[in-house]
Amino acid sequence: MACFVVPGAEAIVTTIATKIVEHHELKHGDAAEAAEAAAVAKEKVSTKLKRLNLLLYGGTALLAFEHFWHGEIQPFFPFLTAAENADSMAGVLHEMSTVGVGMAVLVTGIWGIMTAVLHAKDKKLAREAENSATV
Amino acid sequence: MTLLITIIAAVVVTVIWYASEKAREMKVGLLCYMFWGASIMWLVDAIAEYIELREAYFTPALEDMVNDSFLGLSVIAFALIVWVVYLLIKDPKKVIANRKKA
Repeated sequence: MACFVVPGAEAIVTTIATKIVEHHELKHGDAAEAAEAAAVAKEKVSTKLKRLNLLLYGGTALLAFEHFWHGEIQPFFPFLTAAENADSMAGVLHEMSTVGVGMAVLVTGIWGIMTAVLHAKDKKLAREAENSATV
Repeated sequence: MTLLITIIAAVVVTVIWYASEKAREMKVGLLCYMFWGASIMWLVDAIAEYIELREAYFTPALEDMVNDSFLGLSVIAFALIVWVVYLLIKDPKKVIANRKKA
């Protein structure tokens, strides 16, 4: 009914967080830090967050299309067809709090695992490069 | 069926992205994120539906299957349109930017 609203809202929050982190990185990132980051192939936090944004926005866009297909959303106010009466609105809120939250949690969890794996891989590669340089 | 079609699309697009540098240049990564994001979300939807319907979830009516397949293909078409628009805006090969020179 409106489950995609929850990951959509999360996407807006993470986009704002990405902008703040990006601003912080630009403000505090000096040349030495940039060189160090390049040496260990360290990925910026904003780059990692952008990946989460894309997953959330991409998924939300396709789910919004599906809901439009099923006639659950409309391009004019109140946007959700279920919002036209109070009884069906209770169902919408229930779905948002169960399925919607589940979607947001699973996407974020999978992104977290993906980020941790990539971080471990980058660290391993940096260690290998360091070892081969000292030999 | 929609979930299944989207997962297949996600896998195919990811393999193309991984194997081809040209595909990465053409911003195929956007399609990967769209299809994987939607697949994860529809998986949660499918789990919720399974909890409600139990084994009936695996035996849908033929009409529902056809409708869901049609929806799945339409979702892929919609994602491709989004990707093409993004590609034209980003113009990684500078085709649009250099059109006057040609």
